Amino acid sequence: MSMWKHALFGAAVALAVSLPAQAQDARKETLLVVNETGPNSLDIHAVGANRPSYGVAWLAYDRLMSFGRKTVNGVAYYDYTKLTPELAESWEIAKDGMSVTFKLRRDAKFHDGSPVTAADVKWSYDRALAMGGFPQFQMMAGSLEKPEQFEAVDTHTFRVKFLKKDKLSMPDMAVPVPSIYNATLAKKNATAQDPWAAAWLKNNTAGGGAFKVASWKPGQEIVYERFDDWKSGPLPKLKRVIQREVPSAGTRRALIERGDADMSFEMPPKDFALLSQEKTGNLLVKSTPVENALWYIGMNVNNPPFNNVKVRQAIAYAVPYEKMFTRAFYGRAIKLWGGKPGPVATAAWPATHGYNTDIAKAKALLAEAGYPNGFETTLSFDLGQGTVSEPMAVLLQESLAELGIKATINKVPGANWRAQMLKKDMPIFINRFGGWLNYPEYFFFWNFHSSDPVFNTSGYKNPKMDALIEKARYETDPKKYDAEVKGFIDLLHTDLPRIPVAQPVMDVVMGKHVSGYQYWFHIQPDYRLIEKQ
Amino acid sequence: MDMKHFKYVLKENPVTGFAFVLFGLFVLLAIFGPLIAPFDPLDSNAGEPLTPPSAQNWFGTDSFGRDIFSRVIIATRLDFGIALSAVLISFIIGSSIGCAAGFWGGWLDRVSSRVADTIMAFPLFVLAMGIVAALGNTVGNVIYATAIINLPFYMRVARAEANVRRNAGFIEAARLAGNHDVRILAVHIFPNILPPMMVQVSLNMGWAILNAAGLSFIGLGVRPPEAEWGIMVAEGATYIISGEWWVALFPGAVLMLAVFCFNLMGDGLRDLIDPRRRT
Amino acid sequence: MKLILKRLLLALPNLVGVIVVTFVLTRALPGDPAAYFAGAAATPEAVAQVRTQLGLDRPMFEQFLSYVSDLAKGDWGVSLATGQSVISELKGRLPASLELTLFGLVLAVSVAVPLGVLAATRPNSAWDHGVRALTTAGVSLPTFFTGLLLVYVFYYKLGWAPSPSGRIDAFVSSPPTVTGFYIIDSLIAGDFTALWASIKQLILPAGTLALFVLAPLARMTRASMLGVLSSDFIRTARASGLTPMTVLYTYALRNALLPVLTTLGMVFSFLLGSNVLVEKVFAWPGIGSFAIESLVASDYAPVQGFVLSMALLYVLLNLLIDLAYTWLDPRIALEG
Repeated sequence: MSMWKHALFGAAVALAVSLPAQAQDARKETLLVVNETGPNSLDIHAVGANRPSYGVAWLAYDRLMSFGRKTVNGVAYYDYTKLTPELAESWEIAKDGMSVTFKLRRDAKFHDGSPVTAADVKWSYDRALAMGGFPQFQMMAGSLEKPEQFEAVDTHTFRVKFLKKDKLSMPDMAVPVPSIYNATLAKKNATAQDPWAAAWLKNNTAGGGAFKVASWKPGQEIVYERFDDWKSGPLPKLKRVIQREVPSAGTRRALIERGDADMSFEMPPKDFALLSQEKTGNLLVKSTPVENALWYIGMNVNNPPFNNVKVRQAIAYAVPYEKMFTRAFYGRAIKLWGGKPGPVATAAWPATHGYNTDIAKAKALLAEAGYPNGFETTLSFDLGQGTVSEPMAVLLQESLAELGIKATINKVPGANWRAQMLKKDMPIFINRFGGWLNYPEYFFFWNFHSSDPVFNTSGYKNPKMDALIEKARYETDPKKYDAEVKGFIDLLHTDLPRIPVAQPVMDVVMGKHVSGYQYWFHIQPDYRLIEKQ
Repeated sequence: MDMKHFKYVLKENPVTGFAFVLFGLFVLLAIFGPLIAPFDPLDSNAGEPLTPPSAQNWFGTDSFGRDIFSRVIIATRLDFGIALSAVLISFIIGSSIGCAAGFWGGWLDRVSSRVADTIMAFPLFVLAMGIVAALGNTVGNVIYATAIINLPFYMRVARAEANVRRNAGFIEAARLAGNHDVRILAVHIFPNILPPMMVQVSLNMGWAILNAAGLSFIGLGVRPPEAEWGIMVAEGATYIISGEWWVALFPGAVLMLAVFCFNLMGDGLRDLIDPRRRT
Repeated sequence: MKLILKRLLLALPNLVGVIVVTFVLTRALPGDPAAYFAGAAATPEAVAQVRTQLGLDRPMFEQFLSYVSDLAKGDWGVSLATGQSVISELKGRLPASLELTLFGLVLAVSVAVPLGVLAATRPNSAWDHGVRALTTAGVSLPTFFTGLLLVYVFYYKLGWAPSPSGRIDAFVSSPPTVTGFYIIDSLIAGDFTALWASIKQLILPAGTLALFVLAPLARMTRASMLGVLSSDFIRTARASGLTPMTVLYTYALRNALLPVLTTLGMVFSFLLGSNVLVEKVFAWPGIGSFAIESLVASDYAPVQGFVLSMALLYVLLNLLIDLAYTWLDPRIALEG
């Protein structure tokens, strides 16, 4: 009994003495991030890998190249125009412009200590194509379509042959999909039915990135630990990163405000608006425009009443833009309405259109279209984007009622939303789209091309639009390119298969003691650059 | 169950009296709500968004600038409507099946008991979620889902009560008088099991409201911008932390009061019907 | 033993019913999991490919047969959302839900039983009405609302409770898994930091649950106490000059607890299925929150697995209650 007591007392004293110092040390080198959702796969090539799993690829794996950086709104922003070395030390584009040769870093290692070779790179590129679905599509977007294009010349030399001159080929090798896998390790865990080790890589990593995945509890948290032998860039300052899933937005906010968590980048815009005005000064909100992205109201152009362009224009005049801006976005977006009517002045995208809230004009247009007393319709939005879409929908519904249009709101749960988009039968809907590769023609191809990609939810088909998009895709003359881009933007603004409302911004809130945040196109945080004071 | 007994129970149990008064008030609100509410529940110009309670907006306004007081009042009809219809459906179906099963026994009894057991083996709230998710987000489907998960309770109570009475003297007498089985069930058994069923109804009403609110909370209930207590609490939940407590608190408090009232009434009814069984 | 087996066999048709209904219900969900999991930029061909991969293009009956034969082999399928097998997900999450529910029940019992005794010893007094009003108020509160209020007051305003972000403070490492119950595991490991950290995380969500189930427990205690207190042996005990305290606690309460135990069992199975919302509010990594997310994503396998495991638990629990009953009160024989 007394022995037991002694031991207990001893343990308690030891705890009391050692714990605070240890805990403080751990806290300083550990970043605690709270988000709504975490990765559903450690392998970005896996079927159904979600957005947070892009972040895993970004940290636990390296690419041959990465992007440079610039500053936007006082926040570090990746620079799309500049490619920088990561696993590749250098590269050279052939004189005829039809291939590129990479020289790999000689000191680069995977997490298990084995060296990174060109064979690993070749295997990884082949895998991205072979896994089908999203990774394959992403590779093809840069005209990287066949395994024969990829060649391991020697241990440290890797060559990619181009099928055609495509300005997207090089940047497409710096996005998360062509991550470099440890081929030897992966092959050990492959089976005859599963030659690309898809099952094993879903739950394990075989990379050489700056962070190792120390533990992963799907749906709960992922813990990263620094890879001290990382050579592809400056060694990260953080030793550990814990990314926890906290589904309630209010709780996430409380955690940040009370200093229990260091960082969060998924919160309702209202919280960001309030946190950025916080007088206590312990918090920092970084806000950057999400490029090539839109919040919009889409309409089905193939079925009445929205097959009539006058009806669509009437809606564009009925949208309560200002109210949406203050009550749905809380100012955390960039306005895209109320510009000068007529053709756009520059090829900048997202572009401002000339519509404004003008109920009288809307009523007149609706009467012209033959609906003086309005009609009934269903207004849909994705439940997963409810924090912004729901208030938008309610405000739009209210405004439409003034035109006599009776809109029933239809919240669509996540799984159903994709199915609905594929079916293309929602009459009017609120949605958001963003393109990874920052080219307007890329956005327009996905949303308005007549080959009917998923995101052309309006079912819009116009040969003139197709021609402009296709021309701009491979245009080499900058002047002509500008004219083509302006051309399809103007076409969107007059035909109005969708009404752009605002360009989203990416908000991140962190404690004052956190620095080094940088925006990336994949909207995942890059812990390699972050440090705590 | 004469007036004297009623008065006696109320005197013995003032809480029940309070519940009956409260219930009366809720019914009045449900009927005359639209006349009382100072604003249109959907009007987003009732005040500035998120203003705290004031003389103009007694319960403050929500994030759209809608008047919460008006919305809470208007919602009474919908919430009571959902709860009442759901409970009625399960009452009618559950008690007829239960009665028949208890009275005749046999295969009907076996099958219906199995069905009830199977429903009971489900995690009930998740079953309701599944039904609404599968059939779609409408008021009607919330009602059906709630009715289905309550069904076994009625079936069991009705079955037990009918079973006890099927060989009772007055039933024998009715049978000897040449009454048909169905007539005996409808005229003699059913009215007799009504009192215990009413207790179940009252308790269930509260549960039905909670259930609908829970469904709304996870986004599977009534559609926006309809005023409904659960959805209003869910909407307000995000504002609690930022200090706009009134958005969730008032609908939450009224929701609680309504459920509270039904639960107390259920107790009170039990006292009226069978004082010995009071718990 | 034979009786237990018979009881389990009798429960089999219910389980079959649950399996069939769940299967049909999940297939009736409006979503298209293939479209969902094919990812944002999927082409219709890619969606079709995923559909074949998932076996969703086969006839319904065939899908059901393969589901049942997999079940028989102990394969509950794979959650598409987390990429893990449903069995391993449930194994990891069930202890979290059980720990929360049990802790909540312990809290509830420790409050409800004294309240029930208090009410029973002073029937129809202000105390009695007060207890009744209080417990009824508890059961009238939507749990998600109570949870949010508690977080606001005790975490955000007062700072007494730890952050509602899971089972253990992020900076304290969880104890090595033996049972999956953090309290037990940290005791086994002798890790008192982890023990304290996990108890702290439990208090608010368990309190929310406890508040909700006070009513049935307190009422049952009251009713059963009233019955016992008016019985002959209590009168005899009183007459023989034992102190009121001894009579109350040694004789009356012990005999009154049997029906409370039954109620406890029912409350437990009810809670386990319905703490879905509490788990959501407190970011509790239990099976309930998992079920909601899977349902919204039309992720069939986890929904089926969740419902099936809850049904199994329900059957087992009912059996346990019956066994406990016969053990405590031998007059009741366990009927087939």
